[in-house]
Amino acid sequence: MKAELAPRPGSVQEEPVVPPAPNGPSKPVPAGLLPDDHIFVDNVVKRFGDTLVLRGVTMHLKRHQTAVVIGGSGAGKTTLLRMLIALEKPTTGHIWVDGDDIAPLGEVELNRVRQRFGMVFQYAALLDSLTIFENVVFPLREHRKKMSRRDQRTKVLDMLKLLGLEGKEDRMPSELSGGQRKRVGLARALMLEPKILIYDEPTSGLDPITSRMVDDLIEETRDRFQVTSVVISHDMTSTMRIAHQAFLLVRGEVIASGTPDDLAYGDNEAAREFIMASGIAPDRLSRVGDEKQAGDATVKYKAM
Amino acid sequence: MASTLQGRMAPASSAPADAMSASRKSSARAKHLPFSVEREEGRVVLTGELTMRHAGALWRRLSEEVDDASGQRLDLDLSGVTHADGAAVALLVELRAALSGRAIECDLVGGSELLRELVTLYGGERAPTPRPKRVKERGVARFGGGVASVLQAIERWVAFVGSVAAGAAGVVARPRTSNFRSLITLSERAGADGVPIVLLLNFLVGFVMAYQSAGQLELYGANVYVADVVGISVTRELAPLMTAIIMSGRSGAAFAAELGTMKVSEEIDALRTLGLEPVRYLILPRVLALALVAPALTLLGDVIGVAGGAAVGALSLEVTPRAYLAELRTAVFFSDVWTGLVKSVGFGIAIGLIGCQQGFATSGGAAGVGRRTTVTVVTCLFAIVILDTLFTVFFRMLGV
Ligand SMILES: Nc1ncnc2c1ncn2[C@@H]1O[C@H](COP(=O)(O)OP(=O)(O)O)[C@@H](O)[C@H]1O
Ligand SMILES: [Mg+2]
Repeated sequence: MKAELAPRPGSVQEEPVVPPAPNGPSKPVPAGLLPDDHIFVDNVVKRFGDTLVLRGVTMHLKRHQTAVVIGGSGAGKTTLLRMLIALEKPTTGHIWVDGDDIAPLGEVELNRVRQRFGMVFQYAALLDSLTIFENVVFPLREHRKKMSRRDQRTKVLDMLKLLGLEGKEDRMPSELSGGQRKRVGLARALMLEPKILIYDEPTSGLDPITSRMVDDLIEETRDRFQVTSVVISHDMTSTMRIAHQAFLLVRGEVIASGTPDDLAYGDNEAAREFIMASGIAPDRLSRVGDEKQAGDATVKYKAM
Repeated sequence: MASTLQGRMAPASSAPADAMSASRKSSARAKHLPFSVEREEGRVVLTGELTMRHAGALWRRLSEEVDDASGQRLDLDLSGVTHADGAAVALLVELRAALSGRAIECDLVGGSELLRELVTLYGGERAPTPRPKRVKERGVARFGGGVASVLQAIERWVAFVGSVAAGAAGVVARPRTSNFRSLITLSERAGADGVPIVLLLNFLVGFVMAYQSAGQLELYGANVYVADVVGISVTRELAPLMTAIIMSGRSGAAFAAELGTMKVSEEIDALRTLGLEPVRYLILPRVLALALVAPALTLLGDVIGVAGGAAVGALSLEVTPRAYLAELRTAVFFSDVWTGLVKSVGFGIAIGLIGCQQGFATSGGAAGVGRRTTVTVVTCLFAIVILDTLFTVFFRMLGV
């Protein structure tokens, strides 16, 4: 099953294949788009003034998989992620989401595209002046105006319950712990039922046990809501556990990509060093999803 | 292994006296550190394990050793390093860049094969880009640079004000996209909560104004004209100005701090990913709140400032409140009051825009927020005085 989820790079998959075009013949199809690409980052260059932050990044992010972009601080990870969700525009290059190029879109169209994404920010980015309930219901109030107040409330409370935040709805964000805030951020991100979830450094600043729970949370969420996950990280342990595909970003370039195993045991010296340097024992190279623990997702969410 | 490394930490007997005392001083503190840092002639020798766990200590030790470094080069000798992780290597590369900024050449030398590759990965093999040396500029060049940066600032401002104006137009077309619920709270905070200080300061300004002119007026027996002096200067100039100064400190700074905090904690990005335009959602209600609140506070300031003048009249000029009021009626025209109020609307908008712009431009954590708050107040005061001048000239040309 793993092999099917994470085909090795360099296999036949790499050849450009014309995707099935459900949206009519008029739509231009980018060269290089693969059939199971959910997001295709096509030779993206980004510069701020004189600094070249990304130097031609190409990535295929596959549907219903977890992709991890890993790299040292200042490598350009956050910048890349902000471009995926159209908070920044590429200087050159394209980003295709569901086969649509989002680079040339204007703000109004982008606001629609952004609803396909849910973003979980590094520090949760909850609106501090609102309660937990108000934070989570916020996207519904703004984008589902037809939905009745009562349905909105039910939906929010159900989600909070699922994420083990029952009874916290009237608290303020400042009254919650870091892990709880992150889950509130996830609840908010899930409200509009996005197809893509993006996490910025979800485990940074957390202790190893909580980190592990966040990894489980990412995996469970992907499974339960059938989303494509994109995780930005500098935590190699976590990457090893959750990634179907990993991209090693160094100074604005993807210097290696593939399954975590490919990076750890493949021919790419730099990638191997990076992984070994983070002190990971080879026996830890296995994804959480493949360990197949028994138990209900809710229980695991709650444990965090 | 740690114990053998501890053994190596004893200062080498050949080290110069000052280095010895330095390492003795720090080895007392550094008892449990798994690494050691020794300064030798032309190089710094690192031994032991360099890991992220002790990155803070490592940086402190390195800084201690290289702080007073001078001369042509200072290499980092890694031959005694048993293990290093990415964080530590990145730190060494950073140190190297800092040294090259001080015109000291520095190479990372020695170390295992694995370590060398890690160094390459973190850019330690490339020549570090030295910080550009400050060249003494000629007068003309400096003037040109100054003009260019002013032009850039103006360009940024035009873009910012343009985006706010576009947002305002959008809100007029679709009022639901803004956040008018927050307008009430914002006006309350900027307005109602500021009333006591506005009253106090404007009263004192009217009082001082009257007191300053009292001597002159008495000299000519023109005591009752204190009402003219205070009435006109307070309504046309002083109340709008004082109120705007108070608002810069209270609301302008508060907006910068609040939006700056939202910016650095990514709340503003979060709003955008939720499909909300921050200009409409955050900036417009704030600017609008100040545009409404400023004239209201200024009107209060007018009344209380004039009362301050009346107090001086009654206390030391033998002008009864009744006489003061009668004189005020003949001296102060409606145009004096409304020009003051129009000015205050301009001040309110300027303060709101500056506070929000500075908030949105914030980067770099809590320190960044503090910096932006200070800049906001200074910029507001500057803008108020400039605007005041423009308004005064403009009203004079209109003949009001
Ligand atoms: N808005 C910006 N303006 C100028 N430089 C930026 C901006 N955003 C990021 N950078 C620069 O881009 C580089 C990469 O930043 P970032 O993407 O945050 O890295 P990472 O998330 O991998 O640590 C950094 O050197 C940073 O200074
Ligand atoms: Mg980052």
